[in-house]
Amino acid sequence: MKKLINDPDAVTREALEGMEAAHGDRLRVSYEPAFVVRADAPVQGKVGIVSGGGAGHEPMHGGFVGPGMLDAACPGEVFTSPTPDQMLEATKAVDGGAGVLHIVKNYTGDVLNFEMAADLAKSDGIEVEAVVINDDVAVEDSLYTAGRRGVGATVLAEKICGAAAAQGRSLADVAELCRRVNGSSRSMGMALTACTTPASGEPSFELPDDEMEIGIGIHGEPGRYREKLGPASQVVERMATAVVEDLPYESGDRVLAFVNGMGGTPLIELYIVYRDLQRFLEGRGVAIERNLIGNYITSLEMAGCSITLLKLDDELTALWDEPVNTPALRWGA
Amino acid sequence: MSAEGAFGHEAVADWLRRFAAAVAEHKAELVRLDTAIGDGDHGTNLDRGMRKVVEKLDGMDVTDIGATLKAVGMTLVSSVGGAAGPLYGTLFLQMGTSAGGRDSLDLEGWTAALDAGVQGVKMRGKAEPGDKTMLDALMPAVEALRGAAGEGTALPDALTRSADAAREGMEATIPLEARKGRASYLGPRSVGHQDPGATSSHLLLRAAAEAAGAA
Repeated sequence: MKKLINDPDAVTREALEGMEAAHGDRLRVSYEPAFVVRADAPVQGKVGIVSGGGAGHEPMHGGFVGPGMLDAACPGEVFTSPTPDQMLEATKAVDGGAGVLHIVKNYTGDVLNFEMAADLAKSDGIEVEAVVINDDVAVEDSLYTAGRRGVGATVLAEKICGAAAAQGRSLADVAELCRRVNGSSRSMGMALTACTTPASGEPSFELPDDEMEIGIGIHGEPGRYREKLGPASQVVERMATAVVEDLPYESGDRVLAFVNGMGGTPLIELYIVYRDLQRFLEGRGVAIERNLIGNYITSLEMAGCSITLLKLDDELTALWDEPVNTPALRWGA
Repeated sequence: MSAEGAFGHEAVADWLRRFAAAVAEHKAELVRLDTAIGDGDHGTNLDRGMRKVVEKLDGMDVTDIGATLKAVGMTLVSSVGGAAGPLYGTLFLQMGTSAGGRDSLDLEGWTAALDAGVQGVKMRGKAEPGDKTMLDALMPAVEALRGAAGEGTALPDALTRSADAAREGMEATIPLEARKGRASYLGPRSVGHQDPGATSSHLLLRAAAEAAGAA
């Protein structure tokens, strides 16, 4: 496997150094322990928002640090949860006296490490609330698994909660809003290829040329089903049906449709997916009121995509439209 | 091991170094097992953490076993990441609390400490036996220690029995369907693979048996 790197053991650090070099005017980077934080943190009187997770999902989460979104992000090693000391220092760095929200994707490692960090922050006198994102409908049986994974809804929750925090809302309000975004979102992903972590050097699974994995996560893990690859419209129908019927999204609903690339799929294909998704939803009477299309929560160089729907109301739409100014998501600023 | 059949503080430090060496030696195997049903980072992460532990041990007064084990736990929590960091971190932190202020552990003391650690893992991970996790190696090991203590077995033999029980528990994870951690998302596709966490936990207990036998 070819990769454009210098040293497999230095990948995450060198990427952070690159971020600091590129965006040092508005972000600060701490290396020991590792976290990315708004240059003007802590913002006094504002709820701080911290997220984090393994590296390999860029631009998530570091690319979403900035006014109107995250106050800090803690990157772990590739596909490995960050550690409580990182989360604790990031939490302290963004605490402006109004408390700190942890947005946590539902993976065992992330949840356990954020739990330990929240315990430590609370013993330091910082008010912390944690919301676990779990929007992946590919995990059908949450009784006998670690529960649904957090995927695309994470990006939407970070944007919307960031806007609410910027308006000066309380920690309890922002946390409640985060739970509402999570509860109104559903996602499903698929892969055309596996991905290769720099440390292992081997693809995470083998997939014949004419097959796809449906119901993948974002860590190169195989999906729930392996199937013959069909045309995009068929693949979209397969994924969108699972998503729509799960919440369910019904005729008359307004949604934010998020077509996310897994890292190795070009935008031209993502637009085809969006086209087919729009037609599918139109057929069910669901109106796309906002959209987001691009590579935002990736799995290294994996080819594939995920579809996320968020049921909108006037409040969520207004918060989505609020200005945001981060390296990866920017409008109105 | 001293004449009284105890695990002295030097033996505890030796145990930790042996565990670090075993993780380094089996790193590729742990990565391979984790790639099959997880995300392929278990060997790399645990090796990184245990290398940090060995660095720390080199400059440390290891007389107080409780303090040593707590330092190991904190080092793992801050360097391993993934689920293994908080789980192994909690194991050592709880063992350290149990062994606080002691400069040697007899079989009863060792069993109590390991049991406290394993209960900590169970609470932190909210897992049960049979979920295809490290508990499937750890819990039989504690049971074997209790059985050995009841029969008046000498400490090195008891630790060998506990390591053997851990190996059996580890091998018994192969036909299980995972219910916790990332492997659980595979459902039936997790069947037929040995759990990487149970595998590293067997290394931990095997290292303890070797340290007790060598002391």
